[in-house]
Amino acid sequence: MNARSDFLWSVRRELWEHRSAYLAPMAIALLALTGFVLHLGQWAEAMRTVPVLPPAKQVAVIVMPFGLMSSVILVTGWIVGVFYALDALYAERRDRSMLFWKSMPVSDLTTVLAKAAVPLVVIPGVATAIALVAQLVLLAGGATMLAARGIESPLGTVTWVQTWIAMVYGVAVHSLWFAPAYGWLLLVSAWTRRSPFLWAFLPIFAAGAVERITFGTSYVGNLVRDRVGGAMTAAFRDDAMREPITQLAQLDPLRFLSTPGLWIGLVFAAVFLAAAVRLRRSRDPE
Amino acid sequence: MAAIEARGLRKAYRSTVALDGIDLKVEQGRILGLIGPNGAGKTTALKSILGLTTFQGELSVLGFDPWKQRDQLMREVCFIADVAVLPRWLRVPQALDYVAGVHPRFDRAKAEGFLARTTIKPKSRVGELSKGMVAQLHLALVMAIDARLLVLDEPTLGLDILFRKQFYDTLLNDYFDANRTIVVTTHQVEEVQHVLTDLVFIDRGRVALDCSMEAFESRFMEVMVLPERLEAARALGPIHERQVFGRGILMFDGVGREQLEVLGETRTAGVADVFVALLGGRQGAEGTA
Repeated sequence: MNARSDFLWSVRRELWEHRSAYLAPMAIALLALTGFVLHLGQWAEAMRTVPVLPPAKQVAVIVMPFGLMSSVILVTGWIVGVFYALDALYAERRDRSMLFWKSMPVSDLTTVLAKAAVPLVVIPGVATAIALVAQLVLLAGGATMLAARGIESPLGTVTWVQTWIAMVYGVAVHSLWFAPAYGWLLLVSAWTRRSPFLWAFLPIFAAGAVERITFGTSYVGNLVRDRVGGAMTAAFRDDAMREPITQLAQLDPLRFLSTPGLWIGLVFAAVFLAAAVRLRRSRDPE
Repeated sequence: MAAIEARGLRKAYRSTVALDGIDLKVEQGRILGLIGPNGAGKTTALKSILGLTTFQGELSVLGFDPWKQRDQLMREVCFIADVAVLPRWLRVPQALDYVAGVHPRFDRAKAEGFLARTTIKPKSRVGELSKGMVAQLHLALVMAIDARLLVLDEPTLGLDILFRKQFYDTLLNDYFDANRTIVVTTHQVEEVQHVLTDLVFIDRGRVALDCSMEAFESRFMEVMVLPERLEAARALGPIHERQVFGRGILMFDGVGREQLEVLGETRTAGVADVFVALLGGRQGAEGTA
């Protein structure tokens, strides 16, 4: 059996255990869609006024609910990923199932990479797919409502395909940007004997607080802030933060790839994951 | 090539020495019982053999260095570390799918055959099964793997006697053959005695006894000595002496049967009795010698 099938089965096994990885974004999408459907009438009336707005404003008003819904779904995915990563290498020691997994011919490297792929590839991918489907449902529902009320549809002013490509791009850059963060969570998960959540976050907060009190500076705080929100500024043109992203021209992959923070982050991610592999290799279950 | 060969195997933790220079050779096609008191080093020895821990000294398992070549080794080896290690969320079909997916030597039909003989429902979740059923599921998975070496660490701990009996019968009848090697540790020594081909006692990280069951049966004899022969019997150097119903029972290692028969009633010693004779005395808990 080859390493690729070991990897795929390992990922599948993760999703059996952690069904919230796809159920949570799905539930949020259903919630958002329900909320929107309840306000469909109001929304249709608001669309009546769109043609009188300045052209730049029109697009922003139209895409607002779509962008908001997608953001909520994607952010849910990233948050689920945090809890997943903290549990991934800790739970198998806590319930002693690690000895069963280790009795199978799957290397520690494959296991850790599969567990890293869940928050970095699988959950964002699933959340993106859910967000796209939700947008299509919203578009269809919105267009039907507009037609039913005889309102001229302004939806065509938005280049939808470009917004979707921009969303996929945005998710991809965030995965790369967040890689060291999820790597850190996996490392804590492989290392800690109890309370992985506290061990993952408390030292960072403590370091920030000590730095602030002792030196009056906030390098730690800025580092965290940059890691959480920095991908947006690094991967899109400067004006992107003020306007909704609806044009491919707003993406700036070259700038993203030439951001040192990306590469430094990826090096840290590799170091954290390598350390997690080593720990899993030599660690006894609790 | 021996299935397992260890020379000077040592493992020290921060405060204790778990293995203090073990020499061991297990040929292919044997069933070795690794017997020892708690904390004697059995589990550490098994963990070294399975590449789950680092060690000092020489150790070769199926020709591999278990620590450095663990990934290759695990294609040929399987183990049950404890009965309670299947995760509660796992469902029976998922377990079958997963093992079939990652293990090239897994025979799914065989595992399903084993499961059909149990009362486990085909869609059950491990969390819904009784302890005995979890063990049956685990065993069904492992016995359907065509492994050259199977390691069982207290495989029947906490299970009732009917299940334990069935477990070893299945192991012998449906799994074991001349190409396979099995290493088992257990506290229920008497139950595995008839299953084993070889026996190793481990005590305080050292090998206290290493012999085949045939050699064991010809070596260790117990004699219920006639009172008037007691002095003569003691002169032959018994390794252990105890009193039952006022009669002295003396155990001998390597004394000829014809020499012993004149002293009283003789019989082959049980593994548990020899265990107590060799290791029990110094613990002061058992034996009267």
